[in-house]
Amino acid sequence: MSTTTTTPAPAGAGPAAAAKSPGRSLNLNAVLVEGRALIALIIIIAIFALLSDNYLTAGNLTTITKQVAFNAIIALGMLMVILNGGIDLSVGSAVGLTGAVAGNLFRGVDLPLTDAVMFPKLWVIVILSVAVGMLVGWLNGLLIARLNLAPFIVTLGMLYVARGLTQVLLNGQNITNELSGDPVLGNTGFFTIFASRPLGLPLSAWVMILFAVVFSIILTRTPFGRWLYATGSNERAAQLSGVPVKRVQTRIYVLSGLCAGVVGILQVANISSSTADLGQFYELNAIAAVVIGGAALSGGRGSVRGTIIGAFVIGFLANGLVIVGVSPFWQQVITGAVIILAVAVDQIQQIVQRRRNARRAVANARQANRESAAASG
Amino acid sequence: MKILSGVEQPSGGQLVLDGEPVELTSTTDAVARGISIIHQELNLCSNLSVRDNIFIGRELRTRTGAIDYGTERDITAALMARLEEPIRPGTLVQDLRVGQQQIIEIARALAADARILIMDEPTSALSASEVEVLFKVIRDLTAQGVAIVYISHHLEEAIEIADYAVVFRDGDLVATEKAANIDLSWVVRQMVGREADYDFREEPRNYGEVALSIQGVTVADPDSGRVVVNNVSIDVREGEIVCLYGLMGAGRTELMEALAGRDAISGGRVLLGERDLAGTGIAGRIAAGLGLVPEDRQRDGLVQMMSVGKNMSLPSLLSSVRNFLITRRTERESVAREIVDVRVKTSSPDALITSLSGGNQQKVVIGKMLLTQPKVLLLDEPTRGIDVGAKGEIFALLFREAKKGLAVLYVTSEVGEALTASHRILVMSKGRVVKELDPRTCTRDEVMAASGESDLEHHAAGAAAAVTDSGTAASESNGAHQ
Repeated sequence: MSTTTTTPAPAGAGPAAAAKSPGRSLNLNAVLVEGRALIALIIIIAIFALLSDNYLTAGNLTTITKQVAFNAIIALGMLMVILNGGIDLSVGSAVGLTGAVAGNLFRGVDLPLTDAVMFPKLWVIVILSVAVGMLVGWLNGLLIARLNLAPFIVTLGMLYVARGLTQVLLNGQNITNELSGDPVLGNTGFFTIFASRPLGLPLSAWVMILFAVVFSIILTRTPFGRWLYATGSNERAAQLSGVPVKRVQTRIYVLSGLCAGVVGILQVANISSSTADLGQFYELNAIAAVVIGGAALSGGRGSVRGTIIGAFVIGFLANGLVIVGVSPFWQQVITGAVIILAVAVDQIQQIVQRRRNARRAVANARQANRESAAASG
Repeated sequence: MKILSGVEQPSGGQLVLDGEPVELTSTTDAVARGISIIHQELNLCSNLSVRDNIFIGRELRTRTGAIDYGTERDITAALMARLEEPIRPGTLVQDLRVGQQQIIEIARALAADARILIMDEPTSALSASEVEVLFKVIRDLTAQGVAIVYISHHLEEAIEIADYAVVFRDGDLVATEKAANIDLSWVVRQMVGREADYDFREEPRNYGEVALSIQGVTVADPDSGRVVVNNVSIDVREGEIVCLYGLMGAGRTELMEALAGRDAISGGRVLLGERDLAGTGIAGRIAAGLGLVPEDRQRDGLVQMMSVGKNMSLPSLLSSVRNFLITRRTERESVAREIVDVRVKTSSPDALITSLSGGNQQKVVIGKMLLTQPKVLLLDEPTRGIDVGAKGEIFALLFREAKKGLAVLYVTSEVGEALTASHRILVMSKGRVVKELDPRTCTRDEVMAASGESDLEHHAAGAAAAVTDSGTAASESNGAHQ
């Protein structure tokens, strides 16, 4: 099994891997687009490294990586949805809901008709919570694929529904103490596992790497991935080629929900608390990462590699702005400008490419004309 | 064409208008200089009225800056009178027939004082009587001094209406001639660079078992509630090529899409061999051996963002899968074999599908269905918008596959094709199969009469005289135009 993903080591390793993609002359443009995100990343790192000595320290890089990982995992799910030409605005709320469900399961479930309270085991809690995230996605997918509702509206509605349910479950109180579990109840070990740092990297970074590899294989090596690109580019043609377009559409929202659920668990462990505003605006950061990574919002174009780079661009930028002491208000202005700049450069690049193609075609035709004239004369 | 209408700029050369070199920087610029274009796909906003469509982008203003609806309405009414179409200015475009919508496009060009009118395949969606109206309008316009560039792959039409013929092939101008001096075979010769009188008629053979049996199929359009296919029964045998001839709107495409499994049938049965296909989806039908090559290549046939190879392997992808993963070598090999087999001219399987010519794109669409090893192949207008040479190659391919046992049912609206490239002709009209003909014995007129087309012959006789010397109509026959 050959891996096609660039594992996003924080600088250095990326450029070489992105530049040479053997046998992919077709995706020249895609490579250029990703190359552009990579150049942006390098420029950002260079600027902030010059401005602050605290930027390129091991401690800070770890902090960045942890933050990037949360966004990157969500963005991978978002990439699937965007490749299909859809959008998932509900992921942030799904993160919150997953966290709230996990918190409540730690607190114990009152069994109906009895006085008993059930305390599920740790692994049951984790699976059930992530399943809730997937359930949110599945509902999105069902409404979008089977009822032909607009993804924007469905997931916007789900954003409110899931956030509301989060608040209902937490009832105005954060859940913090119960998360440690109780040896008597047999649900301990949450932080030991989910806030651990194997080999010095936070667990979330490992999950990001795992997801990047798996999603990359899904996209490039499985029929599902091919079908996803096909439906995103031309759904009618895909359908007439026998692609199960509805099933593909439903599944990508489930995958997006899965990513949100996993981040929900990791984030609760990270901040040691289940709060009602957990995951707010995550959907926007994820969309930004996917777009900076070269994906087309209309579907059919985008890659795991680009998305991961996009997430790092946002992460390094946000962190750098904090470190050099830019005011939080201006941070937002700059982040927004970078996102717009990314898509504008993408568009300009395509225009230039088209002009260049036209010029080359004309030169070739002239050459052919001269040759045929020479041959006949 | 895009250059003439100002959509794109030329990479070289110049345009000369009234003796002066001009540069058209935008469509508004072109319109201001009197050049208007009517595209094959009509550019009308169907939710707006006729008046609004005619003045769209050039709305007349009153002194306050509001739209001057009164004047717009009067001008529209005057234009309709000039074009002899009794359409009220307030009518919504969506309520008009396609032929009438085309008249609106012409009116819009006239409202902009067009002196040069470019028409791209204007008759592709028209019935015979509507074509007649259009031709009358064209003659009136040329009499009034409007020059018309008439782009068509419908050769008879082009010869009938034009004063000068200009033939394009693969982006090169290959011939110019006065229409009076040319005939059909001249045009065809110029287009292919050789005589392309393909004729695939063969003696009847012993065909195999019934491969596809359509029994009393009825299809209703859920939007309009109309019955578009009415109690159609067709048997196609192994190795047989059946041509379904009919005009646009006769229910041919609806029948094809219902057979492919996209639309539900409201009555009747479809049997593939012995198997009833009720409840089987598109993927299931492809797996069972029934594939469709759809009519609209760009909309339904191709995934534009993908390469030639990935388009080719899409329907048969699962056959290259081992352990949930696509075996790239298997995929590449079968694609490479099929590219040779259907003679696609491409630099590589990794070339973008959009870089191919129309004929080669069509071969990819046919090839991708052949890769699924079908028993029955349905083709809806398989030669639409491709040049004569590629047409011949596609039919040669179908006849070759038929000899190996493939059953073929294809739809066409070109009589010539029906007569020269089928074993049996079925004529469809208003949702029904109205006649069965033998291509070796029947005539052009028989086929057209059965389909409900009026006889174009007497109408052609008066054509040449109607064009006056004040205006010029030129025809451009373009094999692979944009």
